[in-house]
Amino acid sequence: MRIELQKRPVASSTFAYVSPLLALVLTLVAGVLMFIFLGKSPITGLYTYFLEPLTDPWSREQILVKATPLTLIAVGLAVCFRSGNWNIGAEGQYLIGGMFGAMLPVLFSEWQSPLMLPLMLIMGMLGGALYGFIPAILKARFGTNEILTSLMLVYVAQQLVDWVVRGPWRDPKGFGFPGSKSFSESATLPKLIEFGDAHYGAIIAVIVAIVVWFVLSKTLKGFEVTVLGQSPRAGRFAGFSAKKMTIFAFVVSGALAGLAGIGEVSGSVGKLDDKLSLGYGFSAIIVAFLGRLNPLGIIAAGLVLALSYIGGEAAQITMGVSDRATRVFQGLLLFFVLACDTLIHYRIRFISVVKVAT
Amino acid sequence: MCGVGPFAGLEFVGGGYVRAFIQVQMSAQDRSPPIPPIPALLETRNITKIFGELKANDSVDFAIQKGEIHALLGENGAGKSTLVKILFGSLQQTDGSVLWNGESVHVDSPSQAKALGIGMVFQHFSLFEALTVAENIALSFGSDVELADISERARDLSHQYGLPLDPDALVGDLSVGERQRIEIIRCLMQDPALIILDEPTSVLTPQEANTLFETLFRLRDEGRSILYISHRLEEVQRLCSAATIMRHGKVVDACDPREETAGSLASKMVGAEIEGIEHKFAGEVGDVFLELNHLSLPSDHPFAISLKDISLKVHAGEVVGVAGIAGNGQGELFGAVSGEDVQDNPSAVRMCGEDAGAKGISSRRALGAAFIPEERLGHGAVPELPLTDNLLLARHASDKSSFLSLGGLSVIARGAINSATKKVVEAMDVRKSAENPPAGALSGGNLQKFIMGRELDREPKLLVVNQPTWGVDAGAAANIRQALIDLAANGSAVLVISQDLDEIFEVASSIAVMADGRLTQPVPASELTREQIGLMMAGTDLGSGAAA
Repeated sequence: MRIELQKRPVASSTFAYVSPLLALVLTLVAGVLMFIFLGKSPITGLYTYFLEPLTDPWSREQILVKATPLTLIAVGLAVCFRSGNWNIGAEGQYLIGGMFGAMLPVLFSEWQSPLMLPLMLIMGMLGGALYGFIPAILKARFGTNEILTSLMLVYVAQQLVDWVVRGPWRDPKGFGFPGSKSFSESATLPKLIEFGDAHYGAIIAVIVAIVVWFVLSKTLKGFEVTVLGQSPRAGRFAGFSAKKMTIFAFVVSGALAGLAGIGEVSGSVGKLDDKLSLGYGFSAIIVAFLGRLNPLGIIAAGLVLALSYIGGEAAQITMGVSDRATRVFQGLLLFFVLACDTLIHYRIRFISVVKVAT
Repeated sequence: MCGVGPFAGLEFVGGGYVRAFIQVQMSAQDRSPPIPPIPALLETRNITKIFGELKANDSVDFAIQKGEIHALLGENGAGKSTLVKILFGSLQQTDGSVLWNGESVHVDSPSQAKALGIGMVFQHFSLFEALTVAENIALSFGSDVELADISERARDLSHQYGLPLDPDALVGDLSVGERQRIEIIRCLMQDPALIILDEPTSVLTPQEANTLFETLFRLRDEGRSILYISHRLEEVQRLCSAATIMRHGKVVDACDPREETAGSLASKMVGAEIEGIEHKFAGEVGDVFLELNHLSLPSDHPFAISLKDISLKVHAGEVVGVAGIAGNGQGELFGAVSGEDVQDNPSAVRMCGEDAGAKGISSRRALGAAFIPEERLGHGAVPELPLTDNLLLARHASDKSSFLSLGGLSVIARGAINSATKKVVEAMDVRKSAENPPAGALSGGNLQKFIMGRELDREPKLLVVNQPTWGVDAGAAANIRQALIDLAANGSAVLVISQDLDEIFEVASSIAVMADGRLTQPVPASELTREQIGLMMAGTDLGSGAAA
């Protein structure tokens, strides 16, 4: 017997919705196997990862904290991926965004003004956009592979931020620890609830997702993104420029990654330090695909991924499972999401091979 | 030479069915008088194929005898391709059976079809341009076959069948006709008893087509059968001794095409008499709506043709036809005129009285021009997107005021687009399976009607169209050609680029010929014969052609 993928004449609308759910189920099944191999109880494992965090108010708030940058970055990536540009370097754009935004409170720490925060956010977006512009212009002008360039620029950004927080921007009163001075109140994104952790970045992320959803699904610009992503030649026939789109997509996704970066710096940490790079830029790739590259779907997907982070931390503490298990989970999820997406355009056929008498 | 009589095929064919067939005949003659009825080489019984709700094939019964050239006729969407794909194993029937030499067989894959002795030459070639002829052929064999052997056999076969071909040539350097020969030789190397040819002459010059026909006759005389799919009824009458006609998935008639007229065959295909094309040229033309002035364009990749010093004027009220064999710069000319490739010199292309060379395609559309490219899927339309989106694709610049709202935000006005799509679908009689299906779900002819209607609905001043009826059924093709003529009669300028000479003669008031990136000056159609154009297409200029 032979198994064959057969192209569907029309993409299956059922599987467009079922596929992410199927991927979640398969990830859970693989998770059960993983816990069995680790010698842990799969039931306790899955409970710790995916249900326990939801029962506790503190964990629920942490989910919101983590989902904020994931959603912001993934919404930008959705624009990129839909247009056929593969930005793998959101982590770098996130870091540079955080660094650019931190520039104001670090260099002008005396300046107290209500303008401080908005300017920081704008600077953060500018930093991310500029950093996203580099692989974009390289692709548009020289035809370089944006996957490689954007990925390599992540390491440059990591080293750059590391150097700034250890060198020129280090807090002289910080006992030698890497990190800038803590920001003043006017440079801090307010919290949603007093003494809580979740900040206004969450609200910004939801607003951004809705705006981008509107642009993608209702305007000519969104149409241009879709057309160029599906068929660059037809896009050219429509009068759209693939090169300009590359720049646009990278600048938008860089700006949103940068916004996520400064949101994290200003809302969660309160200073620029060497622990900003947590891999949100990479996990957001999973979020973008799990959300079907639809900004509204991405809000939900961001929460799911954030849940796996928080559950992973809990599992480390209570079950002694390494945090690598969390990454395995996330990797499995991406793998299954992409695999299940195949079913939207293809169906599986089982063919029995009959020997032909000749 | 291949002789006639029962021994004819023996010297060419190492094994397989032809010899078996001849042996059956010999033994029948030698021994007992009651001759067992020879089963048809291939027979289908009650073949039905259902896609979703569509019956692409509905109880199809037909039979191909040994040693005959059998035509399969039908409009686009009649179910010919589906039937052929079932025979070749790339699709499986929902119901019914296939008989091969009288025995029921299951053809599950193309490789199984090849093992049985069925070969196929596709309309669209699957060749790698950067590889040699022999290397391309070798790709369809296992890795245990030596390349040198393949070269050798290819050379022998090409001699034997009058298909001159150098096995060491790079495919990228070959003409379309030569590329087709590779496919035919690749097919012959499997020693097939049945060869399926899908629209083989649609890309050939009349001269090249004649060479092909001789090869086909030779193959037939060896006892091989040929299933010939074509829209060109004259050819079918010349070549085929039997024809099966399909309409809406059913076999509607089986006849001997030699006893029919082209008109009677066509009306069997479409189920009604085809209206003759009506010419309404007033004889006088208006302003110049398209002007090319010494247009040159260097090729941007190794297999593209550079355009060399092209000058042309197309006036309001006329249809200018550009004839030529595929791959002589037609695609590049279309790109340069449409503005997909922008020129440095603004006056190299002038449209509707304005310099347009430096303008992109959207600005040229805004001047009143409309464009229809050769490739429907992936160029003229995005296969995955619905018809409404594909309407917007070509008209967001020209119909900005009605299709986009809220100024700079450019919010898409779905209502206006939906009703415009509906209007186009009705005006062109586009048949579709759903309310707003993706473009890729339409048959080629219906999609072409939609793309044509999308532009005609705008009433453009200038229409540039590349291969307007490529792969489109006879009924739809006649409608499309009539629409082109009507558009010109109503005062627009029309430029038609086509490899189909019949089409050019049918629609064009004057004809220019494209060869190797150059374009001749247009000559009134009434002053040219097909043979003259054929020679010009092959790159011979008229003077030396007449002398030879």
